[in-house]
Amino acid sequence: MPPRLNIVVPVKRVIDFAIKPRISASQNAIETNGVKFSLNPFCEIAVEEAVRLRESSKDLVESITLVSAGSAKAQDTLRAGLALGADKATLIEIPAIDDSKSLELEPLAVAKLLKAFVKKSNANLVIMGKQAIDDDSNQTGQMLAGLLNWSQATNASKVTVDEASGVVTVSREVDGGTETLSAPLPLVITTDLRLNTPRYTKLQDIMKAKKKKTEKVSPEDLGVDISSRLEILSLSEPPKRPGGGKVDSVDALIGKLRETGAI
Amino acid sequence: MRQTIRLIRVVRGVHANKFANKLTSPMRLSIASKCAVVAVNSGQRRQYASAPTGTQVVKLTSTMYPDVVRDERFGKITAEDIEYFKSVLAPGSVLTAAEEDLSGYNVDAMRKYHGQSQLVLKPRSTEEVSLIMKRCNARKLAVVPQGGNTGLVGGSVPVFDEIVISMSLMNKIRSFDEVSGILVADAGCILETTDQYLADRGYIFPLDLGAKGSCHIGGNVATNAGGLRLLRYGSLHGTVLGIEAVMPDGTIFDSLGKLRKDNTGYDIKQLFIGSEGTLGVITGISIFCPRRSKVVNVAFFGLESYENVQQAFVRAKGELSEILSAFEFMDTASQEQVARFSELRRPLDEPHNFYVLVETSGSNRVHDEEKLQTYLEGLMESDIIADGVLAQDETQVKNLWTWREGIPESLGKSGGVYKYDVSIPLEELYQLVEDTRVRIQEFGHDIGTEGSNVVNVVGYGHLGDGNLHLNVAVKHYDKEIEYILEPWVYEWIEKRHGSVSAEHGLGFAKKPYLKYSKDQSVIELMRQVKKVYDPNGIMNPYKYI
Repeated sequence: MPPRLNIVVPVKRVIDFAIKPRISASQNAIETNGVKFSLNPFCEIAVEEAVRLRESSKDLVESITLVSAGSAKAQDTLRAGLALGADKATLIEIPAIDDSKSLELEPLAVAKLLKAFVKKSNANLVIMGKQAIDDDSNQTGQMLAGLLNWSQATNASKVTVDEASGVVTVSREVDGGTETLSAPLPLVITTDLRLNTPRYTKLQDIMKAKKKKTEKVSPEDLGVDISSRLEILSLSEPPKRPGGGKVDSVDALIGKLRETGAI
Repeated sequence: MRQTIRLIRVVRGVHANKFANKLTSPMRLSIASKCAVVAVNSGQRRQYASAPTGTQVVKLTSTMYPDVVRDERFGKITAEDIEYFKSVLAPGSVLTAAEEDLSGYNVDAMRKYHGQSQLVLKPRSTEEVSLIMKRCNARKLAVVPQGGNTGLVGGSVPVFDEIVISMSLMNKIRSFDEVSGILVADAGCILETTDQYLADRGYIFPLDLGAKGSCHIGGNVATNAGGLRLLRYGSLHGTVLGIEAVMPDGTIFDSLGKLRKDNTGYDIKQLFIGSEGTLGVITGISIFCPRRSKVVNVAFFGLESYENVQQAFVRAKGELSEILSAFEFMDTASQEQVARFSELRRPLDEPHNFYVLVETSGSNRVHDEEKLQTYLEGLMESDIIADGVLAQDETQVKNLWTWREGIPESLGKSGGVYKYDVSIPLEELYQLVEDTRVRIQEFGHDIGTEGSNVVNVVGYGHLGDGNLHLNVAVKHYDKEIEYILEPWVYEWIEKRHGSVSAEHGLGFAKKPYLKYSKDQSVIELMRQVKKVYDPNGIMNPYKYI
């Protein structure tokens, strides 16, 4: 009998995807003051998938643990994940630089923190977003699998677990079709958008989530150095697209096209 | 190592597409494409219009309503008239049926009325409108002022050969005061574009409705549109501070004040609000815009009885008080209808008899969320609501709104919709829907069965404003159904001292039923007002009164 699944789902607090990010006055960071933050959509899909695995079979999942590395505010994000159906949550609290901000972690630092946490929590499956929509790195999952020396299945669009053998089968979209991988536990899976559509959070579950436990640890507790190796020199917005215009006739259109050298 | 990060959100784009609304209306887009300024921001904003999307030809109003005959006092357009308009208007501003397809101006958004106008004029300035009206008044040519043509009562399309004055080229913001929040703009500005302009400055247009991507703010004022946020920001009678209009004789009525307080004489501009183009052509408005709320929360829940819906509303007023910005209710039939055409996940797994969408808008996230959660927990503990969800991010906020805003469009997919937009005292509001179902069945029509013309009977609306939308979706418009419903619905409302048109106006559709809501003495005074302003009766004839 293979072991039951102890799933760790790392989640990240990011600027809400519907909000247009703006560059701060200092030109080297994104303005975060007064901006709505939410659970990263890919992480949300990862939580949903873990919950669906539990719902698919009574004895398959032992526990679902959330973990987030970030400021104290990331607790809201953890609570959102708990309301979706996770059992417990840990915040790896990153100290604040000043009132409003804490240090921006790089993927490698996050992967090292997660490795230490996964080891500590005896997990045998990590399901996480393939990337966060703020820095779009798409590196942490791969680095984590490398550091743990576990199998990895990235950009998953379908996940099935064979209960008898404990082998996980993952479909992933590749150019021109679907690739299917299978691997025994332990395993790191990163989620693509097509994997599932997360549920709405029920009021009852929000109320229950308030009573669930959130633990706090520091990077030092996990023995990880999180200092930055990269320096962001500047941020710039993509060049503005010039607005379109209307022409009155075909001749005017041809004239315009000639003017721009298109014909 | 050096790294330059550029802000390109490819992933967000993918996400947006995935969650983009599947219900988009070709009809609505075709209206939008006729307007000079189009700002349809797909996937970003809610996009709904109530336009049925059928492709069948819309029968001429004169054929469908043979009792209405052309008023022979009106002149007929001559070649000289067209020459004159061409001489005073810019090229491209005079469209004739001989040269262009004018059906977009002749057919209404409901695809229920089809006028026969031969001439569309698109003025670019108040002065041009004045010249047009002078000519029309002298020649007794009837006119229909037209905004985005999204009206639901056939008020914005001609009945016979009236000239259409389209305001679509008058679409400039004239001024905005960032301290007072007072906006002055041309009548032809599109609501959504105007709201976006204000959003960039931290303000909000005090009106929001499903057709925002096409409708004009001048048309909103002319019809005194109500919409989703009336509960919060009040009626346009309060927020509109000034109006510029052209009278039928070409006089420019200049009351474009920018004062919140002005008690000097009769408030004539109020007459234009809700006059539906029967007194003059509104060319510009000044309006008081509130600050845009930083924090918006949306909850959606299921309830088992209309009694519970009312209790939830009473508690919302008490507990959410100043942050409450919308309280919309929907019955189960309306939600089944949306579900039929939407690929979005349903918010609640189990069916319920009623659904409510509550929105709060405030300035402090922690404060607002605490209030909302206390309110919702209280409702659950007292078993007023059976089940509910709370939007966790902006996408969910938008998606939850589609379950309310998508109702009109999903109904329109069946073919036609008989729409009743009525005000009724709250406790009897939903009774009308139940009585209507019984009545339709009594006349031998099974609702929603294969062979029946009646597809669905649904009730939803702005509960906070005592405003019910009773919609009867049919496969095709049919006189028999109309006779079953009218004037029965209006008599039902009259008995309860309600209004036969809460926010849609009178237009062509409700003109005969004015008497069910207004006393004869009031109607007589309205007639006198109309006569004083428009002695020749050329402004939007055959409608309103």
